Order: sequence, then C-alpha cells, then structure tokens
Amino acid sequence: MFFSPFFKYRFWKMKCFSRYLPYIFRPANTILSSSCHTEADIISTVEFNHTGELLATGDKGGRVVIFQREQESKNQPHRRGEYNVYSTFQSHEPEFDYLKSLEIEEKINKIRWLPQQNAAYFLLSTNDKTVKLWKVSERDKRPEGYNLKDEDGRLRDPSMITSLRVPVLRPMDLMVEATPRRVFANAHTYHINSISVNSDYETYMSADDLRINLWNFEITNQSFNIVDIKPANMEELTEVITAAEFHPHHCNTFVYSSSKGTIRLCDMRTSALCDRHAKFFEEPEDPSNRSFFSEIISSISDVKFSHSGRYIMTRDYLTVKVWDLNMENRPIETYQVHDYLRSKLCSLYENDCIFDKFECVWNGSDSVIMTGSYNNFFRMFDRNTKRDVTLEASRENSKPRAVLKPRKVCVGGKRRKDEISVDSLDFSKKILHTAWHPSENIIAVAATNNLYIFQDKVN
Amino acid sequence: MPVETQEERGETASPVGEIQLLRWSLLSWEPLPLSGASLRSHDSWTCSLLVPECRLWDPVHVFLTPVVPQWPFYNLDTMFMRGLKRKCFDGEEDIEGTLAGIKAIPSYNLQRQSLLDMSLVKLQLCHMLVEPNLCRSVLIANTVRQIQEEMTQDGTWQMINMQNTGQASVDRLVSTDILCRSSREQAEGKHVPGYSTFSKDFEGDQAQDSSETMSTASSVQALRNLQSNVWEMENSQENKGNFQKSLDQIFETLENKSPNSVEDLFSEVDNSYYDLDTMLTGMMSNTKMGHCDGLEPFPSPTTTTSSSNCKSDLNELDHIVEILVES
Repeated sequence: MFFSPFFKYRFWKMKCFSRYLPYIFRPANTILSSSCHTEADIISTVEFNHTGELLATGDKGGRVVIFQREQESKNQPHRRGEYNVYSTFQSHEPEFDYLKSLEIEEKINKIRWLPQQNAAYFLLSTNDKTVKLWKVSERDKRPEGYNLKDEDGRLRDPSMITSLRVPVLRPMDLMVEATPRRVFANAHTYHINSISVNSDYETYMSADDLRINLWNFEITNQSFNIVDIKPANMEELTEVITAAEFHPHHCNTFVYSSSKGTIRLCDMRTSALCDRHAKFFEEPEDPSNRSFFSEIISSISDVKFSHSGRYIMTRDYLTVKVWDLNMENRPIETYQVHDYLRSKLCSLYENDCIFDKFECVWNGSDSVIMTGSYNNFFRMFDRNTKRDVTLEASRENSKPRAVLKPRKVCVGGKRRKDEISVDSLDFSKKILHTAWHPSENIIAVAATNNLYIFQDKVN
Repeated sequence: MPVETQEERGETASPVGEIQLLRWSLLSWEPLPLSGASLRSHDSWTCSLLVPECRLWDPVHVFLTPVVPQWPFYNLDTMFMRGLKRKCFDGEEDIEGTLAGIKAIPSYNLQRQSLLDMSLVKLQLCHMLVEPNLCRSVLIANTVRQIQEEMTQDGTWQMINMQNTGQASVDRLVSTDILCRSSREQAEGKHVPGYSTFSKDFEGDQAQDSSETMSTASSVQALRNLQSNVWEMENSQENKGNFQKSLDQIFETLENKSPNSVEDLFSEVDNSYYDLDTMLTGMMSNTKMGHCDGLEPFPSPTTTTSSSNCKSDLNELDHIVEILVES
C-alpha cells in the first residue's frame, strides 16, 4: 500500500455528533476535558436506510438515535443536505437472566432498516437476546373540535351540547414518535451477532454464535431454526458463527461466516435445516505466515454482500477480502488494512485487541470498500484503480469543511513528518462501525462516542 | 560487535539502569514508571507495559489479567517474531543479540509456555457478571489446544508432566496464585473460597485443598472442564458469587495493610531470583557454554521449574504492585 493523495474521493467533515456527560455530572478533574463520556455513549452500530435520508445509530446504553438529512433549500445552498437529529428513543433496557444469574446487556448490536412502504419508517434493532421492530412516525397535525370533550380533554356535559361540529385537523409542531411494534424474544440461547432483512421484506434472520433463526415479521412467538452448528458435546466446540446476511436479491440464499475464516452459502430451498452448505468459501492458509495467532486473526468479523449480489466482502483482523460467489477456493481481491500489526500480535492478544470485530462496507456502486482501524483511522480501497487511502476521524485535526488529509503509518526506520509510528498508535481509539450512503458519497464513521459524517468534496 | 541504541532498535526495551530503578520502586511502593513514548493522563485507564498506549482495561480487569512474564528487557513481540521464524536456534546468530546483555532471545518453548499461561488465565476470567463472549473463548481455547498438541508432539509435554506430578511446584495459573497467596498471608491458611471454586470447576471435587496448585499436566483436564463450564454456564452463579467473594476478600486485606506489613508480603518471596546480577551472570554463562540448543536465557527445559518459578515470582510481584497501585 502506498501513500496516495490522488484517491478518487476527497472527503471533508460535514458534522460530528458527540455524546458527553453534561458538565454538572462530570468528575471535577475532567470538567475541562472533552473526552469525558460514559460507557453508555459508545456507539455500537451505524446504518443508513435504503434512501440514505435517515441514519440510525445504536449505543451501548440501548438507545437509538436517528439522524435525518435536511432537505436542500434554495436559501442556503451551501448547506448541502446536512444531517440533524430526528429522533431518539430507548430501544432496549438492561435485563437480568434469573436462571443463569447473568446480566443481559442492553447494547444495540445491530440495526437494520426495512424499506419504506408508507409514511412511517421501520427498523429492527437487537441486543444480545431480543430483536425489536420499531415504527418511527411523524405527527404534525392534531384533531381539534371534539364534541364530547374539551380541548383539555375533559368530558363535556352532554346536556350542555346544543350543536354538533366536525373535528378538523390543525397543524402542530412536528413530533417524531417511536413505538415498538413487535418484540421477538426468547429464541436465542447465545448472543445475537447479526440480523438481516430478506429481500422479500416479509422475513428476516437473526444469528447468534451457534444458531440462525428465520422470523416472519408478523409472528413473534415462533421462529424457524435454519442453521445449527452446536455440537452434541460442547467440549468439542471449535467454531462459532460470527456474521450472517441474506442475498440482496435472491430471497432463498444467505451466507454466514465463522471464526475459522470460512464462509458458507446456503440455499433454503434444499432443506428446512440448512446444515449443508451449497458453497464453501475458504482460502488455503499461507504456511509462511503461520503462527499461534493464525486462527484468531483469520476469524471473520463481518460479511457483506455487494449491492449487485455477485460478490461478498469479508473482514478478518488484518485484511479485507472480496470473493466472487462463483469461486470458492480463494478470494479475488485481498486488501491489507493494517499489516504493520502483524508483528504486534502477541501484545494485541494480551490486551484483547485481537478480538476486536471490525465491520466493512461497500459504497453504492461497489467500486470502493471501507473499513476501520485503530487510532481513529479508517481505510478506503478503490477496487478499480487499486488505490487506497487512510483517513482519520478526529476533532482536533480538521477544521470544519477542511478536506481530510490522508494519513500514513510508518513501520520502522525513519519516520517522515506527518507520519505516525506503529508504537504511537492509540489502540483504545478504534473505528469498528462505519456506513456508506446507498447512492451518494457520504460516509458515517463511529469513533467511540463520536459520530462523524463526511462528504465527498464537490469540485 | 555494534550494540544498537534503543532508538535504533526502535523498541521499548529498557537499559540496565532503568531495570534497577524499577526494582527499587517495587520494594518501596512508589508508582511504577511506565515505559513508553506517549502517556496520556487518563486516570480511569491502565496501561499494559507492552502496549503503553493501550487504554483498554478498567481497574477491575487489571487485577485479574496478569502481564505476561514482563521482563523489562524483553519485548514480547520481538520474542515471538524472532522465535517463530525458526524452531531450532542457531547459536551463532543469536550471540550478537544476547551479548548486548539485555536483548535475550528466549527459547521457543518459553514463548509457547507464556502464551499457554496467558491463554489459560484469559479463559479463567470469563466468569464475570455478563455472559462471556463465546467467540473469544472458543478462539482462546483453540489456541491452547494447538499449543498443547504441539507440546505433545515435541515431547515437552511428557517432560513437564513428569516434573510436576505429585508436587505442587509450578503454578501455571498465576492470578489464582496471587489470590491464594495474598489471602493466605492474612487469613493464616484460611480456605480461599474463590480458588476452591475453580478447583471445583476443574476437578468436580469440593474437597480440593486450596493449596493444591494447577500443574500443566492437569491443565488439559482443566481446560476441558473449564470449557464445558464456561460454555454451559452451569455453575456460573456460584462461581460468580464465590469469585466475587474472594476478590472482595483480597481487596479488603490489601487495603487494610499498613506499609510495614506490605513487606511481609515479600518476605516469602525468594530474593535470590531478584538478584539481577545473578540472573545476568547465569545468562552469560549459558552463552559461554554454547548451549547446543542455542542461546536461552534460562537453563534447558530440564530445569524449567526454577526458571518458571523465577518468572512466576516476578509475575506475582507485578500483580501485587498493580493491585496496590490501583488501590
């Protein structure tokens, strides 16, 4: 990978949303610090809806915050569609499993939008155990002029009513309300890591470490188990499911990835229980790179279909790989995200960083892929030109509307100006969750408790 | 031969002067000078000495996760990087590095052993309030299995087996030994509920004596039992409760300590191992002997016990200091 100032897109910072404790709640010694946030503010998932008009984020505290893009107005042409907070609601609460005497975290693991079919928006949000379907709707009118009750709501004395009137709808301040429409609970023994809406828009699947269940949106008390890799004897367990996704166009096809670096594509038409894969994607191991950590770093943390449905992209600890569905024996493209960490694997194993689950995303045209790294860096790879760029999501370095400067990590030897050495990387600042607008070059990057929205500079 | 400076090496190894300062600090209870380039002053985070910039652990976890045998003059990653490239050490190549006196290349066995220790401890720490991450547990367990298979093939497994059976000489699970030892100091040999719970996990026998330590020989069995325990969550409530209890017990006893009694903690520690000169001399003499296995900082596997003791004793020291610094 080389330093590439001529990457196709040049991003500038549109907005940064941060969650912090209000000043009055901060400990005295951090009053002036900008980094005092609670653990509940850490963003755990980011997702654009199908039109890109809405952007949903979930955090560790079980809250969902939805941002909406402003309509472009002729009065302020330079404010090209900024995102502002649209709705905030508490999706999941912490629970306690009395049988096992364990807490169930309220952290939102994934959010997936349903395509819009009427004026309301629907999304699925999930924590470790329960999936919920939320309806987000606007209310900007209210009826006035009831016969039987006052404007305050008090009942009127029927004997005092002399005439009838028809209630009329009058405009009111816009109110966005979120209501839980379905709660899909008690179907997962292990922690849910993925949800995926099927292209038929009637079913969706939820995947935990050992099982995948298929749900119908209308039915909450039943689900079909379509994959089960739990061994009869738990002592023989060596592999878990790490991510799963439906094909974007074929409602019978889905893929799931494992901790051993394999991807299985299954066809639900073959049998009710898809234990036998239709395709099995695995790259043979490189013997020269073998170490004790080979298996851990080969564990796939995210799998995403391309918008076309022809390719899948997988993220393991050090690389991003693009696979053609028609070729199972190796990926067609492999991109090194942060290969300089290969020599640091033992430290990263010791401090558990090696288990970090990075996500990866496609852009709308499937020509560029993006994924996060440490030190608030995130990387983009152009599949056509084979160029790549490293950018940083940080408040200090970028003035508003300044173009993001490409960053470089130097591995050893002489460190040029503006380069960062591997030993100075901050491993607590990791970008695990990113999202790309479905049709435009707008990206959302979650850095701990900050959400950055970047836009491609229009020349 | 040229001796590289620290900058030239680009590593965070400390020169000899700092090692001695470090040792002095340990005995006098001042906060450890943490090495590393850029330290940020976040009070709520703690550092790994290996990755100083890492701010991942909350103060609870730092008690429980030991720093891997952290000799100040080892860079663990270099250790692994060099070791993994060749299984059989070429003595001549390594003389340069070792005669610098500080950068010793440990044996592949030592690397492997420390990784095994680290992994076993990580598996143990799964008994927390929230259900442990199954993927992480599976990956760590697979790593342990891989190491054990390799050790069995090497024949190292049998050697250690023969040494350790019957005698509780080597404690592989360092953090539990800390729990044992600290509370034993105070409680005059009182039964440690936390440790016995672990024993219960491993052996399924309630009457296990808390002073019985886990040897590597039984760690395979331990691993299997631990696996099924972690993954089935059968005894989780009990484990959690007891573990919490033992933790609280230790924190209490440590907080109540007066500075004088702190030294009593160290009184049992065998000071001979802390004589840096002896250790270095030992290394040098090994070097000069031109060991057939190549250079190792410790004697050959036949005397692994003493080296591991040395290593684990320093581990304990690190742990105790970390606990005290935090409290």
